[in-house]
Amino acid sequence: MLNFIPEIPVAQWINTAVDWMKDTFQFIFDPIKQDFGQFVETTADWLSQIPALIVILIVALIAFFVSGKKFGLVAFSIIGLWFVYNQGLWEELMYTFTLVLFASLISIIIGIPAGIWMSKSKWAQTIITPILDFMQTMPAFVYLIPAVVFFGIGMVPGIFASVVFATPPVVRFTNLGIRQVSNELVEAADAFGTTGSQKLFKVELPMARKTIMAGVNQTVMLALSMVVIASMIGAPGLGDKVLTALQRSQEGPGFVAGFGIVILAIIIDRVSQNLNKG
Amino acid sequence: MSVISVKNLSKIFGKKTKEALSLLDEGYAKEEILEKTGCTVGVNRATFEVEEGEVFVIMGLSGSGKSTLVRLLNRLIDPTEGDVEVGGENLAKVGKETLRKVRREKMSMVFQKFGLFPFRTVLENTEFGLEIQGINKEERAEKAKEALELVGLGSFIHQYPDQLSGGMQQRVGLARALANDPEVLLMDEAFSALDPLIRKDMQDELLDLQQKMKKTIIFITHDLDEALRIGDRIALMKDGSIVQIGTPEEILVNPANDYVERFVEDVDRSKVLTASHIMKRPETVDIEKHGPRVALERIREQGLSSIYVVDRSRQLKGYVTADDVKQARDNEQKDLHSILRTDMPTVGLEAPIHEIFEIIHDAPVPVAVVEDGKMKGIIVRGAVIAALANGNGVTEDA
Repeated sequence: MLNFIPEIPVAQWINTAVDWMKDTFQFIFDPIKQDFGQFVETTADWLSQIPALIVILIVALIAFFVSGKKFGLVAFSIIGLWFVYNQGLWEELMYTFTLVLFASLISIIIGIPAGIWMSKSKWAQTIITPILDFMQTMPAFVYLIPAVVFFGIGMVPGIFASVVFATPPVVRFTNLGIRQVSNELVEAADAFGTTGSQKLFKVELPMARKTIMAGVNQTVMLALSMVVIASMIGAPGLGDKVLTALQRSQEGPGFVAGFGIVILAIIIDRVSQNLNKG
Repeated sequence: MSVISVKNLSKIFGKKTKEALSLLDEGYAKEEILEKTGCTVGVNRATFEVEEGEVFVIMGLSGSGKSTLVRLLNRLIDPTEGDVEVGGENLAKVGKETLRKVRREKMSMVFQKFGLFPFRTVLENTEFGLEIQGINKEERAEKAKEALELVGLGSFIHQYPDQLSGGMQQRVGLARALANDPEVLLMDEAFSALDPLIRKDMQDELLDLQQKMKKTIIFITHDLDEALRIGDRIALMKDGSIVQIGTPEEILVNPANDYVERFVEDVDRSKVLTASHIMKRPETVDIEKHGPRVALERIREQGLSSIYVVDRSRQLKGYVTADDVKQARDNEQKDLHSILRTDMPTVGLEAPIHEIFEIIHDAPVPVAVVEDGKMKGIIVRGAVIAALANGNGVTEDA
């Protein structure tokens, strides 16, 4: 009975679709691969060339001010970053940071407008919600495959896969934040004759700011968690060290590189959360 | 001149609005329409006009449609049918651009829970309407400060709303609405979230402001005392329909139907009924033409113990007692001048009953009601007590 219908060639269809996209949008993918790749690479190199001491000092200063002039986060930042430097993983750290930075920025640039659109249109919400569900539940590895097809190997496909994986929270939180603005405030804005964009920028976005920032925080964390996976397609950085250690069964270097990721995660998380409190 | 003219304004919530409307026309009740079509009747063919400078109160219990009705006026809710004319524009039909202009320039709204923006200071909140209109920074700060002075918050401009008490927050709400210098203020249960004492202060202040600024105010409330206190006219709503429109007195004295009557039953009447409601036509004698004989005649006829004395133009001169009059007649006196007494209690037409109650207690004669020195009526102790007791102090003569 179950064999009544022969196997549906879904995999083949997807292959065909991806091939078609590759051919059709080559003119978009190629410059992204070339120029954007170059840009990311340069940024990472540039960051690695700043003396580590200066970077540590700058991070410590940022930590000091965003945490309300307390020393806990400052001490952690200094010791943590020094540890990474001490373990000879500084350049990897800068590459990982660059990857997270670009993936997060792109996710936010796409995610916030998408979230706003979703909050304003029932229709958009109906369409976008299942797409987000799909993006979040599909195993992250799967995104690596089309990423390689479109962008080859290196940092760009890593960023692409990270963006796909990390965008949903900021979209969802933006949508939620705007929908949560109390009806009375929306009415107040309307009653004073606001245009749509005045209402958005003067009332809704300021009211939703904390929720949106919570989404941004989630997005950054997800982008960071994708870094190890992205190393499978040649993205350099700490993730690459972890992967190499895994392949060679070297638990020591694996954990050390892993610590590096944890330190970066904690610093980014605490700094962005503190920013949200202010 | 009417500032707002509302005709047959209806709002049906739900999908089958046309069906619901025709059922309404056929006279079906709200519940039946809900059962048949799944639609809720928010407002049912409201028709009224609001005059310039008037405080027009829309009153009803929760679910009566009053909040919906006020939102139909500035179209925060789109009407299903009917017209709202404001300054020659039918707001129910105008395009977005015109609607926005009217909201910016002609109508401002004050909200029950204040509707202040927590991330803006008091001054920035007050500036909101002006900022939306694109007025430059200096000018809007100046106007906003003026409005804040008006509501007595001149020194709090850099605070945030959550640093202020409820009463002060609503003053900010009021200042924000006034800063636009609108013709019409829409106040949706504006004082309902405040505690009773502050509420009373705010009512008084609103009336003061109204005296100064002559705004047209549409005030929504569920509290009849509040409605009676501030309203020039009151529209009573039930199940989406306006059941009666009238002055506070008309509503109290002549309730249109059982519903209104039940509603007004528990109002503290002593605050609302005034001397003019319970006074009787006075028996008087004219000091210029009547002597003791006429006075005695009238006293006997009416079974009184004293009688008020006026002059030809009905100016109150005093009173004479029965005993004095008898004596004067026995002494063959020609006029009442020598026995005239002037220690009578007097009140104005607008004096509330509880005030009269206090002075009538140890008055030797009925209280005289005067206006510009003219005798208008008298109030006997019985009438005050009757009015306080059963709320029906209106005598036949009044």
